[in-house]
Amino acid sequence: MPYPRLIPCLDVAAGRVVKGVRFRGLRDVGDPVELGETYSEAGADELVFLDVTATLEDRSTFVALARRVAERLQIPFTVGGGVRTAADAESLLEAGADKVAVNSAALARPELLTELAERLGSQAVVVAIDAERGAVRSHAGTLPTERGAVDWAAEAVARGAGEILLTSIDADGTRAGYDLELTSAVANAVDVPVIASGGAGTARHVADVLDIAQAALLASILHEDAARLGSLRGELRELGVVVRDAA
Amino acid sequence: MRVAICHYGAGNVRSVELALSRLGATVVDDVEGADLAVLPGVGSARTALAGLKERGHDDALRERCAAGRPVLGICLGLQLALDGSDEDGGTEGLGLLEGRAVRITEGRVPRLGWAAVEPLGAAFYFAHSYACETPHATAWSEGVVAEARAGSFLGVQFHPEKSGAAGSRYLAEVLEEVRCPTPA
Repeated sequence: MPYPRLIPCLDVAAGRVVKGVRFRGLRDVGDPVELGETYSEAGADELVFLDVTATLEDRSTFVALARRVAERLQIPFTVGGGVRTAADAESLLEAGADKVAVNSAALARPELLTELAERLGSQAVVVAIDAERGAVRSHAGTLPTERGAVDWAAEAVARGAGEILLTSIDADGTRAGYDLELTSAVANAVDVPVIASGGAGTARHVADVLDIAQAALLASILHEDAARLGSLRGELRELGVVVRDAA
Repeated sequence: MRVAICHYGAGNVRSVELALSRLGATVVDDVEGADLAVLPGVGSARTALAGLKERGHDDALRERCAAGRPVLGICLGLQLALDGSDEDGGTEGLGLLEGRAVRITEGRVPRLGWAAVEPLGAAFYFAHSYACETPHATAWSEGVVAEARAGSFLGVQFHPEKSGAAGSRYLAEVLEEVRCPTPA
């Protein structure tokens, strides 16, 4: 298996990185490209940029952001938020993104995942799932759905998704640890890589989830102090997690 | 150094262009005339091959290889260069080197992430669901063919353009080899 991955996540609204707790109370934490570069230099394995507002006007801004990121960074990055069609996804990949993450649009029309996989290859298609007490929520966690996270993950993979970005709304922003039960249930139900998201507070939390998932998404744990990524990698090594030597 | 990238439709080709430009290469359109032709790796085998044929890149690449002129295949670009692939129910390849792309059966697929490559001595970024079976392998990663060479064709399964400093060093060496070929 490839090395377990550490993936800083940058939530972007109107071109700035923001962070809220439990999907609410957004505050400005910096410029996406500059922060991305800081993380890349500190040894990030990949980056995720999520457009949390995802309005129509933001879409071209987001393609422009993908272009700027590709110009400055030489590590893989995923973009998500507001991707509704294969054409949306294509313009982001052409700008230099490696993967697109789809969430609400795939819930509304699951065939989208197959269309994306056929056009871009499964390795470029990430299904983002936001779950609260095991149930999937859509539209950045604001709306309930009828779906269970485990069933939806399995269906999404069957339809062409090549990776799952699983966020526990219960754990998100709490820094009290990842939702190991949810992550485990989803990881057992699919054969594609799983990125666990929500709840990282300590290196131990990250080490625990990397026993189950192939990658850990990191957000609030880094936003106060981007240099934390470097020390985190060292602490993970001490805990026996074999992370990539980024030299 | 003039480098041509074979476009064949959708996908992230821009990162390859940017990585080579950063190393001082001039990106040109002329696949036949460039010092190095790059076959990048995006999308699925069948779509990619159709796109290549539509643009006449298939013949241009075969002619380059026949004339001993350098071609670099990246990820799917390496797999397209083989005799064929099991992807999409079976597709024919360009036949630039012997071998076949087969579905990965171990671990989680797609195989996504950084993995060590030997004997290159560094970790590179991989993103693939199929892997090469070829007698021309020159480097491996966890049992997977990571690099293969046949004549003037060099192929890598990983994405050097997305592999940070190690990827830049690798591409710089490729450009250096094109500039000053070492006798085989």
